[in-house]
Amino acid sequence: MTTPIEVSGSESEAQPEAVLAGVGAKQIQGRSLGQIAWLRLRRDKVALTGGVIVVLLIVVAIVGPFLVQSPLTYHQDLIDPTFNRPNSGIWHTGISGDHWLGVEPGTGRDMLARIVHGARISLLVAFLATLLSVVIGVVLGITAGYFGRWVDTVISRAMDAFLAFPLLLFAIALVGVVSDGAFGLKGNGLRVSVLVFVIGFFNWPYIGRVIRGQTLSLREREFVDAARSLGARNGYILFKELLPNLVAPILVYSTLLIPTNILFEAALSFLGVGVIPPTPSWGGMLTLAVPIYSSDPMYMIVPGLAIFITVLAFNLLGDGLRDALDPRAK
Amino acid sequence: MSTSETTTDAAPAERPAPSGEPLLQVEDLGKHFPVTAGLLRRQVAAVKAVDGVSFSVRRGETLGLVGESGCGKSTTGRMIMRLLDPSFGRITFDGRDITALSQRQLRPYRRDLQMIFQDPYSSLNPRKTVGAIVGAPFHLQNVQTEHGVKKAVQEILELVGLSPEHYNRYPHEFSGGQRQRIGIARTLALKPKLIIADEPVSALDVSVQAQVVNLLEDLQDELDLTYVVIAHDLSVVRHISDRVAVMYLGKIVEVADRNDLYERPMHPYTNALLSAVPVPDPSRREGRERIRLQGDVPSPLDPPPACRFHTRCWKAQDICKQQEPPLVALSPGHEVACHFPENTTVSATDLVAKAEAGPSGSGDA
Repeated sequence: MTTPIEVSGSESEAQPEAVLAGVGAKQIQGRSLGQIAWLRLRRDKVALTGGVIVVLLIVVAIVGPFLVQSPLTYHQDLIDPTFNRPNSGIWHTGISGDHWLGVEPGTGRDMLARIVHGARISLLVAFLATLLSVVIGVVLGITAGYFGRWVDTVISRAMDAFLAFPLLLFAIALVGVVSDGAFGLKGNGLRVSVLVFVIGFFNWPYIGRVIRGQTLSLREREFVDAARSLGARNGYILFKELLPNLVAPILVYSTLLIPTNILFEAALSFLGVGVIPPTPSWGGMLTLAVPIYSSDPMYMIVPGLAIFITVLAFNLLGDGLRDALDPRAK
Repeated sequence: MSTSETTTDAAPAERPAPSGEPLLQVEDLGKHFPVTAGLLRRQVAAVKAVDGVSFSVRRGETLGLVGESGCGKSTTGRMIMRLLDPSFGRITFDGRDITALSQRQLRPYRRDLQMIFQDPYSSLNPRKTVGAIVGAPFHLQNVQTEHGVKKAVQEILELVGLSPEHYNRYPHEFSGGQRQRIGIARTLALKPKLIIADEPVSALDVSVQAQVVNLLEDLQDELDLTYVVIAHDLSVVRHISDRVAVMYLGKIVEVADRNDLYERPMHPYTNALLSAVPVPDPSRREGRERIRLQGDVPSPLDPPPACRFHTRCWKAQDICKQQEPPLVALSPGHEVACHFPENTTVSATDLVAKAEAGPSGSGDA
């Protein structure tokens, strides 16, 4: 057979990749895009610091409550009855070998224990709410982007409606309306469920929009047509072809949504619609600290710092993830 | 393109003549994309991307589909694959009408009907390994393999000139030419009868183009494939095709055997296209007349009436603006739609008139 370029004599010259394959196949390890992103993330010291703090926080939230003392035990002996603040420690914080972060004014409850227990509530609500948002947002976003036409119109308008919703007012009203024992849940179980629902269910349009946009550009790629021409069903294309390409934005936006949700949970607790006292929460501690901060500023600083560090750590990790997963999008 | 041009002048060795039975038959196929406006999405116009094309592809042959950008060749290919639903017309594949089949009904036919995509960078899912990409057809079509999917995939990889070791690699680790080989491997996985190759080499380096074109030819001999090759590169089409169809603005203007078309092009548009192919040899370049077409391709929103080429044709006369020339065979196997064809004495119009006058006429297109 005649070839356009006279190379048919030597098959090896005609196919340099075949030659290369023979030489390099043993040394070169196939690397997935995920592995490459991990290598990039490992070089990013700031993101890594954030990541370490996040992991530490999660560990603290899971095992911490078993290690610290009870957050509900009163230590009235440590409270100065005149000023209603701890009577010992530097600047009257109550810091001692027994109480590393001091004690609560008024009641003398251990601060470290309350912070650790509060971390559990904060992270639990934030993670579950984020999970809810991400699941709804991804499923609806990918559906809107892939099917387009009227499906897209309906879902996009729904997103607009959700974004226009006065979320904070709704949350406060909902907690008042839902009576104890509704849905077979009681007390803190019910409160946590309501918090997760309110925060998660109304935040999905943010991630939904991102996923819809990404899907719009992905569905024009030829591998989607290739799958269709092989007889793939829509479900296969959505979840086996498109979804793996959306892992990066999902991961990044989840990591950035968690701190927002932590703040939101703290805000709701601060307003008194979070978990029910005496169960400790960071926002609830801030509420108690407001009337007393002039005489005991430490009581406001400790939960405030806990929120600040947590949110910062998640944000640093999220930014680092974004850079590592998509180096072009800066 | 100079390298491949030098040797395509020497006609490649003839393959045994394809058997006459048509594997694919396209009749009056068209695609009009609606243009909508306003709140109620009222249709105000239609882009006539493909406006009634007919051709057939015989078992074992390669049909080249050429034309400039936007003439509807890719749309035609996608309609045959049923990635786009035709607005009208009929597609018959292997004796069965597949035009109206639903995607579900179409699924078993997809085994025999496959497509090679243009851009090897977007046709492979970046998140899947080569093994998963080439193995997908087996899973999607529930094909049982003798020694497992992995073994089958590795055999196909070897067939297209890749190493079986590449099984666990990701597409981004490969060059453009290798990626196109992966795409071809996926296409071949189910041993299809007909392959639609949509610009299979236009995204590749010239040196790699030759390799991929030769690979396609070798595979055709080995696996008894039938190709519809969509391309704008006339040298590539000349090298690979048995027959060539030339498209202009959503219509086929000329169909002929490869040699016939390149040596005796009849439609003025084909003449203009062929004269635009660069000649690498300066001494042969002299004395060659280049036809420069005036103006742009008219918008497919509002194509010119009658003969669509009359706005740019140097031979156009009044009849070209009033009466559409039918696509008829002016010599055996050479169909042209033109009132004033070149390289021949008869014209499509004469032939049709003759056929109408005497019922025994042979002007059957």
